[in-house]
Amino acid sequence: MGLFHNFLKKFLKSFFKKKGEVKLGLYGPPNGGKTTLANKISMDWLGEKVGKVSGIAHETREIQIKEQITIKSKGKELTFNLVDTPGIATKIDYEDFLKAGLKEKEAKTRAKEATKGVVDAIKWLDDMDTVVIVLDATKDPYSQVNITIIGNLEARKIPVLIVANKVDLKKADVKKVQAAFPQYDVIGISAKYGKNIDNFYESLFKITNK
Amino acid sequence: MLTLQFIPYTEISNLSSEKKIQKLLKIVRDEKIVLLEGKLGSAEKSELIRKTMEEIDDKFKGIEIEDLDLERKDKALIEKMRSVLINFILGSRKGLTIIGPASIIKEIKKDPDKIQLFTEESKKKKKK
Repeated sequence: MGLFHNFLKKFLKSFFKKKGEVKLGLYGPPNGGKTTLANKISMDWLGEKVGKVSGIAHETREIQIKEQITIKSKGKELTFNLVDTPGIATKIDYEDFLKAGLKEKEAKTRAKEATKGVVDAIKWLDDMDTVVIVLDATKDPYSQVNITIIGNLEARKIPVLIVANKVDLKKADVKKVQAAFPQYDVIGISAKYGKNIDNFYESLFKITNK
Repeated sequence: MLTLQFIPYTEISNLSSEKKIQKLLKIVRDEKIVLLEGKLGSAEKSELIRKTMEEIDDKFKGIEIEDLDLERKDKALIEKMRSVLINFILGSRKGLTIIGPASIIKEIKKDPDKIQLFTEESKKKKKK
């Protein structure tokens, strides 16, 4: 009954939320481009970055928040607190970081921090008002991590936008992501190069009913 | 040698979600692959991931998990809607879930009515 009790508590809490405290979370597996997208949004509207990016998985290992971002388009405004989260994974092996060039002590520390990051990301999912799931469009979208995140959000009726990122890469397959999640809006972007980012912002207005 | 341990639905149906996850993780940590009758709910899966993360150490790297859906694809919309909430909390008896230690299973692929498990050896052969 513990999980049901938690679910009910959070569902009721949403009715008493203060106006203006809209939390927009970026979620997804590691290395999908969540922080790259967070930086793009934050640079576009605030002129500053959110966090560090790299090619090594689990670069973001803590929740990173940028408050009061206001995006504007065609006379509409949307203000939110942007929450960039660590990538969610079911396994973390410090040896992968060794292969990426880190020293053993560094690799083990990174792995430990990454596991804590995943725990925090899962915990924070309960508090999001809207979620953008950032997927690497070159990878298989049918992962249990993606399905688990979406399943949780669907049950709580949290608006979801799926971003198929990295469309600048040859292997990107936006149609595959759309086919995997036909009940959701899926938009292909390149967060790194800003491709289709205006449509992404329009999609945010759409899913938040602004 | 791979050990597959079958867990019938009746063995876990009366357990709380916490106890269920504890039981499944214990088997996986013993380097066995769990074949669970039924599917975990989304809330249970995120709890499983959370607990897995807390237990990762030098020996235990985490898990690979995949499930096979045996429910009718042509279910009516109202049935599907009812399913969403029930599945979120309780999971489903229909289907099959595979959970294995990441040290043994490198990847699980679902395709769409069969599940392929790739071990370290099979991945090396695939690359050749």
